[in-house]
Amino acid sequence: MRLKLTTVVAYLLLLIGSLVMVFPFAWMVMSSFKEAREIFALGFWPSAWSFDNYREVLFRTAFPRWFLNSLIVATITTTSVLFFCSLVGYTLTWLRFPGRTLIFVLMLSTLMVPTEMLVIPWYVMSVNYGWVNTFWGLIFPGLIPAFGVFLMRQFFRTLPRDLFDAARVDGMSEFGLFWQIGLPLVRPALAALGIFAFIGNWNAYLWPLIIAKSNDMRTVPVGISLFSGEAGAAWHLIMTANALAILPALAVFVIFQKQIIEGVALTGVKG
Amino acid sequence: MTTPGKNAKPVLTLARREALWAYLFLLLPLAFFLLVRFWPTLQAFQLSLFTWHVDPLQRQFVGLGHYQEMLGEPRLQRALLNTLLYTLIIVPAQLVLGLSIATLLQSVTAFKGLFRAIYFAPYVTPAVAVAWVWSWLYSVNFGVFNNLLFEWSLFWEARGIPWLSIAPQPFLTSPSQALLAVAVVVIWQGLGFQVVIFLAGLQGIPRMYYEAARIDGANPWHLFRHITVPLLNPVIVFSVVISTIASLQLFDQVVNIRFLDQGGPLNSTLTIVLYLYQEAFGRFRFGYATAVAVLLFILVLVVTIVQFKLISRRVDY
Repeated sequence: MRLKLTTVVAYLLLLIGSLVMVFPFAWMVMSSFKEAREIFALGFWPSAWSFDNYREVLFRTAFPRWFLNSLIVATITTTSVLFFCSLVGYTLTWLRFPGRTLIFVLMLSTLMVPTEMLVIPWYVMSVNYGWVNTFWGLIFPGLIPAFGVFLMRQFFRTLPRDLFDAARVDGMSEFGLFWQIGLPLVRPALAALGIFAFIGNWNAYLWPLIIAKSNDMRTVPVGISLFSGEAGAAWHLIMTANALAILPALAVFVIFQKQIIEGVALTGVKG
Repeated sequence: MTTPGKNAKPVLTLARREALWAYLFLLLPLAFFLLVRFWPTLQAFQLSLFTWHVDPLQRQFVGLGHYQEMLGEPRLQRALLNTLLYTLIIVPAQLVLGLSIATLLQSVTAFKGLFRAIYFAPYVTPAVAVAWVWSWLYSVNFGVFNNLLFEWSLFWEARGIPWLSIAPQPFLTSPSQALLAVAVVVIWQGLGFQVVIFLAGLQGIPRMYYEAARIDGANPWHLFRHITVPLLNPVIVFSVVISTIASLQLFDQVVNIRFLDQGGPLNSTLTIVLYLYQEAFGRFRFGYATAVAVLLFILVLVVTIVQFKLISRRVDY
């Protein structure tokens, strides 16, 4: 077999790049298995694999509680995003009613406003209604993202009109049309949207940092960002908590890699 | 719409029924968009014109006072300058690296999916965790980078070529290196997103264009310059706009890459959003902070419009 020089160079460059991408993760994971006194040594592998750090983070810090909070917030938000974005996307595509274009343009226009401009009004609102330091406070801003509505509308548009007209003639209800005919046909889009919503909410930082006041209402990113206070400058514990924090997003990524990459590619190319 | 009478055609009633269902489906979402998106947007503009007080009646109207105050704020000017620098470093770096890696990936067959996954992985991990790891790698006294520099220098000095050795670097503790060090982390984390977008774009270009050009004697650079770049232009525009907007809104990494205080040595890494956050939630100057947010909004809007106009003009081919 003849290997072309350019191919070899391409593989070599890609390999070097991959090492750069992987190294910080690998270092973090290796550190999480090292003992406290070994943590500053330059060696890559732990001299003895120890699970003490994990035991300490899981049983003696508030980490499990943050993990639970993140899970609750990400799950509820993702469910809402999937249901409402597809319902709105469907309605704006397949139902005829006065004001349809106006409503779509209004929703889409909110994409232009950066979150940073809204956090102060949201915070004022949360203070007024007592939402500070509650789950509802953590969740409400992300319930229906305009981007999701836009994405679902793009997908519903690819379906043929006859499909809905035929079922409508057969006497199916409008919600039935959406739920039983429309939704199953846009499953790939739902998968992509759901994964993005989950990862996005799992990693969200600015708003949870503002709205979660007590230690037991923090999400994982907020918790670990303030971890130095909790663990001192205990780098072995910090690295362990980071490894645990990265785990769910990375797991979701590994399992749904295909959908995620197709989803990103679609938004980029269709934009 | 008219109320259908007794003799009205059933089509009208059906249309009306459909519209009613539509409004029912949109009831909650519309309420959400009005209360959580539109109203707060308007409120932001309004808040920026008043001094802050918990009791709305005690807020004092200052007009454009906060905007005037911004003009004379050295820390804000520093934040604006830094944000500009971040954007000028991050956007071209991600474009060039993203496009190069995507082109390399396009040229190989084995392990393509694995490579793509590896490059994309940092994008899905929490910025806070990424920031912790990198601040440790950057650490002056026990960081990996300085240790590697140390070993490198030892290696060359032992071989009698001391001019190849490199002194340990201050990285995050130095006003002149900190911003670049943070930018490297942001580039590292966002690169995979660009790679995937460019890869999808490249796969959309028909192979036969390249083959035809190759028969005409075009070299790889010609192929890249005259086929890839023009046909990829919409994707390039998208990528540049996305990474510019993200750079203007840098916050997570900047706060969490550890310095003695937030904002890096002598404010050298301070960004607009970090400044806004400190003014709002550190000093509780909500009125002034909202004015900064409005400035950010205008910046994002102007940059987006200008980029779309500038870059997409060259699309006509």
